[in-house]
Amino acid sequence: MNIVNFTPLSALTGGFLIGLSVALFFILNGRMIGISGIASSLLTSNDKKIENFLFLIGLIIGPLIYNLFLGKEINISISNSLILLIIAGAMVGFGTRLGSGCTSGHGISGISRFSLRSIIATLTFMIVGIITVFISGIL
Amino acid sequence: MNKLVSLICGIIFGIGLVISEMINPEKVLGFLNIFRDWDPSLAFVMIGALIISTPVFHLFKNKDKPLFSSNFSIPTNKEIDKKLIVGSIFFGAGWGLIGLCPGPAITSLALLNISSGIFVASMFVGFYIAIKIK
Repeated sequence: MNIVNFTPLSALTGGFLIGLSVALFFILNGRMIGISGIASSLLTSNDKKIENFLFLIGLIIGPLIYNLFLGKEINISISNSLILLIIAGAMVGFGTRLGSGCTSGHGISGISRFSLRSIIATLTFMIVGIITVFISGIL
Repeated sequence: MNKLVSLICGIIFGIGLVISEMINPEKVLGFLNIFRDWDPSLAFVMIGALIISTPVFHLFKNKDKPLFSSNFSIPTNKEIDKKLIVGSIFFGAGWGLIGLCPGPAITSLALLNISSGIFVASMFVGFYIAIKIK
């Protein structure tokens, strides 16, 4: 194993903001953030739809505000084939809804609550993610 | 008021994903690539987030009510069941294929990237299937 591209400061700073968002949402609105739950709730009937939709709009506005105030370009590259994007997207949607959470809901909100369920879910998706990347590297 | 809070929390979360570079699938795949060239940065995203969210949760969970809502809603399910494990396996595999999880995928729609759009649309199809069979 070699350590590469390590950026602990920006990672920690971004993490603080994510933690701040989770903390404020809990103190003010009384809910723990889980993005797969918030997003998939748009497909079910519930009384938090507008609140949830606005959160997702906020997510999308975030990079625009960052770009506007810091003038920094945000570059990401996704070079996967169409079929892989469709399969992976469907697996992420299906898995997070079936398992009741994703990186935010289990990995941050759940672990903050010391929920054993979320700790096990987080270990599971991390280990499976690591195995998937390892196998993709061989193929 | 809690609609405004939602919007603002979304914005803060989205900026956090950009600064931490979690929005970049290459960075995520680098984190999951522990057996070759490993980029440990994303562990620091989690540490940074948990340092703030954990004490705040435990300080406020026993208060009467949140500021702008009538009650706290905290998940009560404690069962480690098949759905949790199978769901997390599917999620981990999909995450490892592209490097996108739900938050960064939705946030990256801001970049008007066609790949993100396709991923998010498929993700909603996945949500729908899980809702139907659950």
